[in-house]
Amino acid sequence: MSDFVSGFWNIYITAISLIGILFCVLLLWRQSTAKSVASGNGSATDNATTGHVWDETLEEYNHPIPNWWRWLFYLTVIYSLVYLAMYPGLGSYKGIYGWTSVNEYQAEQQQAEHDYGPIFEKYRAMDIQAVAASAEGKEMGQRLFMTYCSQCHGSDARGAKGFPNLTDKDWLWGGTAAQIKESITLGRDAMMPAKGLKPDLNSEQITDLANHVRSLSGLANDANRAKRGKELFATACAACHGAEGKGTVGLAPNLSDSTWLYSSAESSIVETITKGRNNRMPAFGEFLGEAKVHLLTAYIVSLGGADSVSGNAATPNGVSPAPTEPAKP
Amino acid sequence: MQVQATYNYQVVRQFTVMTVVWGIVGMLVGVIIAAQLIWPELNLGEYLSYGRLRPLHTNAVIFAFGGCSLFATSYYAVQRTCHTPLFAPGLAAFTFWGWQLVIVLAAITLPMGMTQGKEYAELEWPIDILITLVWVSYAVVFFGTLMKRKTPHIYVANWFFGSFILTVAVLHLVNSAAVPVFSSPIWKSYSVYAGVQDAMVQWWYGHNAVGFFLTAGFLGMMYYFVPKQAGRPVYSYRLSVVHFWALIFTYMWAGPHHLHYTALPDWTQSLGMVFSLILLAPSWGGMINGVMTMSGAWHKLRDDPILKFMITSLSFYGMSTFEGPMMAIKTVNALSHYTDWTIGHVHSGALGWVAMIAIGSTYYMLPRLYGKQEMHSMRLVNIHFWVATIGVVLYISSMWIAGVMQGLMWRATNTDGTLTYAFVESVKATYPFYMVRLLGGTLFLSGMLLMAYNSYKTIVGGRAYNAPVLIPTMATAH
Repeated sequence: MSDFVSGFWNIYITAISLIGILFCVLLLWRQSTAKSVASGNGSATDNATTGHVWDETLEEYNHPIPNWWRWLFYLTVIYSLVYLAMYPGLGSYKGIYGWTSVNEYQAEQQQAEHDYGPIFEKYRAMDIQAVAASAEGKEMGQRLFMTYCSQCHGSDARGAKGFPNLTDKDWLWGGTAAQIKESITLGRDAMMPAKGLKPDLNSEQITDLANHVRSLSGLANDANRAKRGKELFATACAACHGAEGKGTVGLAPNLSDSTWLYSSAESSIVETITKGRNNRMPAFGEFLGEAKVHLLTAYIVSLGGADSVSGNAATPNGVSPAPTEPAKP
Repeated sequence: MQVQATYNYQVVRQFTVMTVVWGIVGMLVGVIIAAQLIWPELNLGEYLSYGRLRPLHTNAVIFAFGGCSLFATSYYAVQRTCHTPLFAPGLAAFTFWGWQLVIVLAAITLPMGMTQGKEYAELEWPIDILITLVWVSYAVVFFGTLMKRKTPHIYVANWFFGSFILTVAVLHLVNSAAVPVFSSPIWKSYSVYAGVQDAMVQWWYGHNAVGFFLTAGFLGMMYYFVPKQAGRPVYSYRLSVVHFWALIFTYMWAGPHHLHYTALPDWTQSLGMVFSLILLAPSWGGMINGVMTMSGAWHKLRDDPILKFMITSLSFYGMSTFEGPMMAIKTVNALSHYTDWTIGHVHSGALGWVAMIAIGSTYYMLPRLYGKQEMHSMRLVNIHFWVATIGVVLYISSMWIAGVMQGLMWRATNTDGTLTYAFVESVKATYPFYMVRLLGGTLFLSGMLLMAYNSYKTIVGGRAYNAPVLIPTMATAH
């Protein structure tokens, strides 16, 4: 595909590049061979200046151009012309080898697939639990995790505020190997709407709700507020989180346990209810390919938090995406 | 008779003093952000965070410190080599106050987060317009002075100053072209270019800011102050002709080497690479002409710290203009790009070449602006030289090692093709080098503080002096 909108630009680029290089050569050649340019007598001996004086003392010798410097200059020009014959540079001329950066990238990808593909293929064919149990498989999964996952979930996979801990038993989208693999392959989008189903909640009511939510997991709370909050909870929140606040995997987080993605502080819960939460786990399936996702899944399973349901995780093709889940406060 | 006429030293004095002041400010911000990379807790609030201070550092050292130094030395040299006072002294005064206003506005807006997001061209459109006004005035003063010169020929330093002024005007106008939003906030604008074309225009600008602001301009400085301080003629006129024309022509093409392995078309990357290589010899021409000017006067290096500054700066110039073309070669760039090697390279040029030639020239010029023969303490100048040199060496060697290490760590793979190191491991491995870099930068800043003290004592020990305009010496016939 041409980079140019018309044939003119091809000629323009080629001409101006070659004329530019030629200009450098002519300039150098002329100044190297000319006896003397500025001086009246053409002498280039050590003690001859050009004859001009500025500001009392500023004068110029007219020593010949050092040979090594002249040849260094010519050498870079020759190198450049050879390079421009071999590689694209002069407009749409493709160069002797027909090289392009896209071709080179694809060739490297193919070579990598050829060299490393079989290593990954071996594990892709294995049951996830078996991969998790093999030392080498786990190690490969860990290396992939350090490259692609540790930025958010941390080097130890324990997560951070807003980024789930992958080593505990609490799973927002399900903890079976198949569900974990689906999360990695397709990604997850989570959205908790601001103020749940009651967009007219005022700040007092939101504080009441926050106190009720804290009471669900036995955290210190204002009993009067929690009582009022409980009534609001039934209309604003229970549709997703359930009347008891125990949540549903793939829909809404459990509010009655001790796991908190955005901290259990009252102020944080108030913020969650007031503004809602948006979160996203990116999809890695197309980017990494199934074999690497398989190894990553096995690595996460090996961390010990996953459900101990045995059985190979199927490719999540055909699995309908889970409904949008309100993120856990 | 022009017996009573004097050169316009007033504006030169103003710019010279501000060179020292802004040098300290810019380098202090540099030391702070170097420390922030080691101790992230030093990011004190949004206004003093790394992302806001880093553009302040680059703008302050390039345009405030470097800019004031270029204004001062070009105004000094062009008057003296043209044997006539500055043309349009009112405009010259405007360039001083206008430029200081630009710097102050930059120091306010950048920490506030007002930016066009273009490296070395961050300032928003109202400031861009002020820069344009100042720069056009600068061109009128400079070229006006050249036009009323009393000598038949134009001295080589003025070729470089002139090309620097003209080209920076073009670069600034083209790269800063933007469409203001004209609603709230009124100062906000967006570049008129899009996508990879915006990137190309930006690095055409960015690399020529290095080539013309930090190279051609400072070569002009070199061509006046080195022969003056050495008391020797320039080595070769014809070399200066070749390397001047080749340098200003070739620099224009080198920008794409900042965009190797990006969406920039292959042909553009190739041209950027080969012209960067061709640039090696023209760059070195300036170094040869400066260093060889010393031939016959090498003994002066022993006890003249100003010459030490100048010759050391030319050595760093030679080193970084060798390193630059090498880093522009695509295979080398594949290792060096995005690493601290680039930071090392930039500071080898910025501290080693630009700052040192500016400091040497200031030490030459400042006493003469206050009716004195030399600085208050030449011993302090010598100490400054050694502190600065050790600082630069620590800075660039630590960043070279860190950069090569990072490049090698990033590309290291295991037998299964996975990466050997997570990115954060390369960051952790860089900490010791960040410490050495901070030490180097602190030493360089300390040298500037010595310079400020020495300049203060020189100024209070003298009085503002305007030298009489000289009648050109007729050359002795050869």
